[in-house]
Order: sequence, then C-alpha cells, then structure tokens
Amino acid sequence: MDEPSAFQLILSGDPQLLAIVRLSLSVTLAATLVAGVLGLGLGACLALTRFPGRQGLVIALNALMGLPPVVVGLLVFLALSRSGPLGFLGLLFTPQAMIIAQTILITPIIAALSRQVIEDLWAEYKDEFTAMDVPGAMRVRALLWDARFSLVTILLAGFGRAAAEVGAVMIVGGNIEGFTRMMTTSIALETSKGDLPLAISLGIILIAIMFCVNALAWGVRQWSVRHAG
Amino acid sequence: MKSHAFAIMLGALALVGNPAAAQQQSIVVASTTSTQDSGLFGHILPLFKAVSGIDVKVIAQGTGQALDTGRRGDADVVFVHAKPQEEKFVADGYGVKRFNVMYNDFVLIGPKSDPAKVRGGKDILAALKAVQAAAAPFVSRGDKSGTHSAELALWKAAALDPASAKAPWYREIGQGMGAALNTSGAMGAYVLSDRATWLSFKNKDALELVVEGDARLFNQYGIILVNPAKHPSVKVAAGQAFIDWIISKSGQAAINGYKINGAPLFFANAD
Amino acid sequence: MQDRWSYKDAAPQTLLRLYNASLRYGAVDVLQDVSLEISAGGPVILMGPNGSGKTSLLKLMMGLVAPSAGEVHCARSRVSFVFQKSVMLRRSVAANVAFALQAAGLPANDKEIHAALAQVGLSYLAQRPARRLSGGEQQRLALARALSRNPAILFLDEPTASLDPAQTKAVEDIVMASAALGVKIVMSTHDIGQARRLASEVLFLAGGRLVERAAAESFFNLPESPEAQRFLAGDLVISPEVKS
Repeated sequence: MDEPSAFQLILSGDPQLLAIVRLSLSVTLAATLVAGVLGLGLGACLALTRFPGRQGLVIALNALMGLPPVVVGLLVFLALSRSGPLGFLGLLFTPQAMIIAQTILITPIIAALSRQVIEDLWAEYKDEFTAMDVPGAMRVRALLWDARFSLVTILLAGFGRAAAEVGAVMIVGGNIEGFTRMMTTSIALETSKGDLPLAISLGIILIAIMFCVNALAWGVRQWSVRHAG
Repeated sequence: MKSHAFAIMLGALALVGNPAAAQQQSIVVASTTSTQDSGLFGHILPLFKAVSGIDVKVIAQGTGQALDTGRRGDADVVFVHAKPQEEKFVADGYGVKRFNVMYNDFVLIGPKSDPAKVRGGKDILAALKAVQAAAAPFVSRGDKSGTHSAELALWKAAALDPASAKAPWYREIGQGMGAALNTSGAMGAYVLSDRATWLSFKNKDALELVVEGDARLFNQYGIILVNPAKHPSVKVAAGQAFIDWIISKSGQAAINGYKINGAPLFFANAD
Repeated sequence: MQDRWSYKDAAPQTLLRLYNASLRYGAVDVLQDVSLEISAGGPVILMGPNGSGKTSLLKLMMGLVAPSAGEVHCARSRVSFVFQKSVMLRRSVAANVAFALQAAGLPANDKEIHAALAQVGLSYLAQRPARRLSGGEQQRLALARALSRNPAILFLDEPTASLDPAQTKAVEDIVMASAALGVKIVMSTHDIGQARRLASEVLFLAGGRLVERAAAESFFNLPESPEAQRFLAGDLVISPEVKS
C-alpha cells in the first residue's frame, strides 16, 4: 500500500485524524454529560416519587431505550432545519446538532437504568433513612452517591451507545470534513469510497478508544471499591 | 439544582465551540457523493479558502436530497448534476440562477466475467439491452441522485423499464455511488457510475470498466445559490463569492488540475 | 379526642405514649389496643415469642409506621433506631457517622465523628469501607450513628440476633454505657439471658397484645400472665394466632 494506514496516521499524529478523534470524543462526552444530568435526574425522580401515570412513564422510558438512531436523527433534523420550528437557531450541520441527537438517544437509556438502580437502593435504605430523619435533598444526593459505581457503568453504557452511533449524526451533522466528521461517519464514508482497509483501521481505533475508556472506568471502580466500599 | 444542571449543559455545548463564531465566513454547500468521494473538494476547497478566507462545509448527498436540503434552506449553495431537476429548482424560486461548472461522463462498470458480453462497446443503449437480455445482475442507486436519474433516462432511451417491471436482476439499493460500487463488486453486477468516483474508487477487485465514450453518457454539473428571498438565512455574499470563484479562470483551472494517476476526473466548462 | 395528649401537659420525664394503638396489615392484626407510656429511667426490654409484634411495636413507637387506629405521641427528633441488620452506607466508617450527624442537623466535624466512634471502639477503623466491617463492627457503627444524634430514646430491634457472644457483649456494653449516660433504651430481644442482663423493666407481647408489663426482677421471678410463664419456661416460642 502506498498510502499510510490509519494506524500510521495516528502514530504519526496526523492532525486531520486526531481532529476527527477529538471531535468524536468531545461531542460524545458532551452528550453523555447532558444526558447524564437529565437522565439521572429523571431516573431519581421516577425512583423516589409516586404519582398517577408513573408506571406508564416507566414503561415508556424502558421502550425508548430501543429508540432507533435514524429516527432520532430525522426528528432532530426536521426540528433544526431552517424550515423547521427551531431553524432560527442555525444549528443544523453543526457539532451542537450532533450533541442534541446523541443526548436524545441516550437520555432514556440512562434514565431507565438509573431509575432501576436507585429504586433498588432506596428499597434497601428506606427504613434507615426514615429512622435518621434524612431530609429529601440529602436522600437523593446520598442515593446517587452510594449508587455511584452502578451509575458510572450506566453512563459508560450511554457513552458507548452514543460513540458507536452513525445514523443520527450523519443526518444532523452532515459529515462535513473538519467540522462534523466523526469516527463513525468517517468509517461509513471510507467504506463508500471503497477504501476498506482505512475503514477497518478507523474501526479498530474506535474500538480501542472504547476499550481504553472502559478499562479506565473499571480501574477507577476497582480502586474505589477497595477504598470506599 | 436546576440552574446547576443548566450551567452544565451550557458548558457541554461550549465544549465544542461557539456556533456563531465558527460560522463566520463559512458556507454550507449541498453537493453530491460523486464530487466528494472522488476527492475533488479536497483538492479545490483549500485553494478557494486561500484566496477568500471562506470555509466551505460540504454535505455530500444524492442530487435529489441535495436539492431538497437547499429547498429547506439548510444550505447556501447547491452543486449537483441533474440539469432538469436543477432548472425546476430555479424555476420554483428556490434558487437564484444556475451556472454550468464542469462535466465528466458516466461509465458502465461490470464484473470481469462480463456475463452480458458488453465489454469494449461504445453504445450504452445496446449494452443495456444486452444486460436485460442476459438477465445479468444490475445495481441501481435508487436514491434519486443525479446518477440515478441519468441511469433511468438511459433505460428509457433504450425503451426498457426494468424498474417498473420489478425485474429480479435489477436491484435498487438506495445508497451512494461508492456503496453501489461495493455492492456491485460483491454481487458481480453491472452498475452505472460517474467516471470520477470510479477512478478514485479503491475496492475495484472484481470490477472493470466495460462501456464508455457514448455521447449519451455526458454528465453536466451545475451550481446554484439558494434564493435568499425564500430563506433569509442564506449567506449571499460568501455563497456568491464561491460561485464566482468556481466559474472564474482560477476556479476552472483548479478543477482541471485535479487528476488521479495523471487522468483528469472533471472537465471545467463554465460559460 | 378529649383524651389527646401532648408534651405540654405530660410529666416532664414522659418520653413517649401510645393510646389504644393498633396496627393491621390487610386482614392481619399485628398489634391490638396497645396503650403504654415510656418514661425516663433504665432500659425497657420488649420480649415475646416470634411473631408477637415486637418489631412492629418498635416501628410504631419510632414513627416508621402509622397506627391503623389509636394514637402514638413521640418526640421524633430525639429518637434513634438500630435495626437487626443495619444498612451500611457505601462509604467509609467515618463518613457513615458524618452522614448521621448531617441528617440530624448537627455539625459533622472530625471531633464529633471521633467522639462517636470512640464511644463504640471503632476509631481505628475510621477510614475502612463500612460494608467491609464484620457483623459485630457494623452493629457498633450503627450504634455510633444512632448515638451521635444525641437521642432521648434509643430503639434497638434485636441488635445482636446474628452476632457471636463476644460481639454481643460489646454491643451490650455500649447499650448499658449509654443508658448510664441517660439515654432511654427501648430494645427487643428473644434472648432471655440478654433480657436478664439489661432490663430494668420488661414489656411482654404475645399475639399482638401487650400482656404484661413489670419491673425486671418481678417479671423474671414471678411472671403473672400464663403466656409469660410458658415463654420463660421455654415452651412458647411461636406466638399463637390473634383472636379477632
């Protein structure tokens, strides 16, 4: 092969490839952050409150975990298009649009899974907290903190789902070189250009990044379990 | 607690840059997969940026989808290759004016085994008839792209209609040019491609060029500024600057200067 | 409602009062017409066979459950509870105490935390994850959390049920030391030996009813009710069905 492979590119610090990796990570991290705040908040609310229609909401949330990315992409596209209700924001074909799409995609996952975790923990803590007169806000904080290992795993699941996604970001980001081109959309593009070795190399890099992120989280978890139980 | 969450969200959005600042001096061009996959934009856009300072963000779609992106106001300029559709776009008031930019030609690609025995022919209509007669697999883009419309027009000119007939050997895949070539290679099928994408395509393996040189395979590209009267968000000055440059002497020279293995992919022909 | 009781007109040493309190889960009467007053003084021990309603009565007194009928009056902010199996928060021993202090609105500084841990002999484990302590250490930490709130009453629900004799002794020592400092102890146990060691006063439950209340000495020497007599003799272990 006369052209450098993706590995050679990344080893030699090819600025274009690094920019793609950096964009992928920052978009997905931002989406995970926003979806984490929304999803954990929603999950905690659903776990700790009882109101009419709650059961329906829980079922709906569980169903939305399987939200097809292309549908999310299409809905965000229609909303952000200049001809759509939010067109005045001028966000279509920007990284922000991709963050919004990924956030919508993974918020239900984080909310549904964290609801289950927090609800189980609350069942365990309920009597003790009532006996200790723990005030409402402190209860929520303590439950989130004590469920932290499970919640981090849930956030990682959301991160992984967002990072692996291609359909939605392709539609709302437009795969613009140097602006909205991500790892996954690059892989799709290189595949369509028939450059399968480059596509495979990019895929392996993406998998390697996911592996590192998860290994890091696993290490942090092991360390904290040993030190905080 | 709520304002806290909001602050995190704002921070997250700020993490990837302020859109207003990033969009300064940049335009969105809705174009076709053939211009992007062939690498043309990678060659000419840095030259334009050097003289104008304007960033061109290219969304590569099929011609039909690219025109629709323009119609919705989500692009400032469309740069496509299906003249009748482009003229309708302007006539309907979505575009300001259409300019010829360049042309290349379509070529018929087929499996090396050549089951329809069309290799080396110069008559595309005869070749299509032979494909139908042999019931050899044929991959159609099926995505309303410029190449797709050209392909349909050729079938019509040959007085054949495998798409409506739902012939089992005629396979619409609804994807871009590169994907259609990949699929054809895997299925041992014939496929109509633009020459530029074919030349830059890297997974040729089982495929080869079988028919070329017919005048009916001519493929004209045009460029249109999206009408600001329909969409005030259109960046008229920067968009017009791009159009003016690409049909200027230096823009046309840049197009002619893009070659793969010494062979030009596009031929500039602005009026 | 003319019988409504409040702290203002109660004797100053009265800490808690139940008036005709009943508790029913579905069709099952767990507690029936329990009336009693708890005043300052030595430890009160709740005894009775399994299923007699000891845990339910403690939870009712503590306010963890509301009575189905009757009234319970208790100064909620001045009570603490230690469960049979305490829940350890997933954090360090010191952080568990800090949490209890914060929940009670008390300052959670190092001095307070170490005082509470020293009281139960756990200072040397302060930085250990709480969930990695042994069963006995966990119950002592639960006591440290409960006592750090400076409760007027400390409720304990069979706190030594799953502990070995040495751990049981450690817990009993802490309970007696707290009682000596003026904390009112209200504790359930099915261990007659433990009751003899700790009790000043005994409440004896059978079938969801309070069948006997007596000073410890007279209860163990001359139980009045036939249920208590059979229980102390060792042949009433499971509570008889409540007759409704």
